[in-house]
Amino acid sequence: MTKIELTVDGSAVSDEVEPRMLLVQYLREKLGKTGTVIGCDTSNCGACTVHLDGTSVKSCNVLAVQANGRTVTTIEGLADTADGELHPVQEAFRECHGLQCGFCTPGMIMQAVDLLGENPDPTEEEVRLGMEGNLCRCTGYHNIVKSVLHAAEGAKA
Amino acid sequence: MIPVKFDYLAPTSVEEAVSALGEHGDEAKIMAGGQSLLPVLRMRLNAPEVVIDLGGISSLRGIRDDGDAIVIGAMTTHHDVRDHELVHQHALLLSKAAAEVADAQIRHRGTFGGALAHADPAGDLGAPALALGAQFVIAGAAGTRTVEAADFFVDLFETAIGEDEILTEVRVPKHTGWGAHYEKFVRVAHQWPIVAVAATVRGSIDEARVGLTNMGSTPLRASATEEALAGASATEDGVRAAAELAAEGTSPPSDLNGAADYRQHLARVLTGRAVLKAAGA
Repeated sequence: MTKIELTVDGSAVSDEVEPRMLLVQYLREKLGKTGTVIGCDTSNCGACTVHLDGTSVKSCNVLAVQANGRTVTTIEGLADTADGELHPVQEAFRECHGLQCGFCTPGMIMQAVDLLGENPDPTEEEVRLGMEGNLCRCTGYHNIVKSVLHAAEGAKA
Repeated sequence: MIPVKFDYLAPTSVEEAVSALGEHGDEAKIMAGGQSLLPVLRMRLNAPEVVIDLGGISSLRGIRDDGDAIVIGAMTTHHDVRDHELVHQHALLLSKAAAEVADAQIRHRGTFGGALAHADPAGDLGAPALALGAQFVIAGAAGTRTVEAADFFVDLFETAIGEDEILTEVRVPKHTGWGAHYEKFVRVAHQWPIVAVAATVRGSIDEARVGLTNMGSTPLRASATEEALAGASATEDGVRAAAELAAEGTSPPSDLNGAADYRQHLARVLTGRAVLKAAGA
């Protein structure tokens, strides 16, 4: 077992974990943060996307021990829960109905937040390219792309 | 799936990492960003007893100017290689290729040195590193040595790095102001190329360097094409004859994505496109 100390969604946590434990398992099974989901288990689909020190990563492809000393933000820590409001990108997905079954949505939103952080005013093509690591089997991506563009518009207003 | 149990070591210096490797030998596996290694461990295609994580060695990260070369630390991420000003100025081809590796999330974790040491013939960085004549700095118990790109890639997933050695940095001779393009042919987004061509040119066209991805068991240089491009005009007609030579001496694999002769066809077509785009035509 290896001792890890990290910050997850604003709270300091420390644990003893097996080195082989994946970050996504740690988040779901140890911390109960089941908002982050496991989709493909092959690091293709992006459903498990979280932020590690502020940039997006696939948490099925990171060991929990690699997050030692670092800061993790999941979909559950994205919004400022104190005022009960959604994060603007969550709100944009809701408004544009950027989902059908919703399984890919946590990863889509986390990747969209990263994308908009790097490129606040993307073209449609830049959104499609920037989201290429996230798969959706329902929507054909149309409303997802619309949601990301809508969030970018909203940030400008 | 989750990996088979292993012991985890997180050295904070290259010396410490090398000595851990010396102690555990072939029972140990080095982990850089882990973006290729972790899928392999999860699918249980490999089960090392010890994983040595280089993530805590800060000296392995970053890019610096070193006279006639830029030096890229092995643990620098693809994302940082893509965006770094020194890379844009002096080795634009690496920026173009790094931008095409997998997807944004993987580029945030995956490392330049890790990908090169992994030596997947379908990896996006080998061909550009070879084309630019990169030199690989490798640390072992006896100190460091430097290996030329032409000698670095040995075979499928095999490089000149010894079992008790670690790739620490890559020196890339400056190609200041050279145009560059990485033309990657894929069927599905964020996947490995079926074939890709890395081209960088001086002027239009005084001199050219062309590397091929997934056209053999290692990255390859399209030497005949390079020679034929010197003095060619940057037009479709001007580069056609040179591009026709791109598949010379290659032995690409045949698999579900395409037969060897189809890949050779792709190499010729993509070389033409890559060279023209690199020349700004």
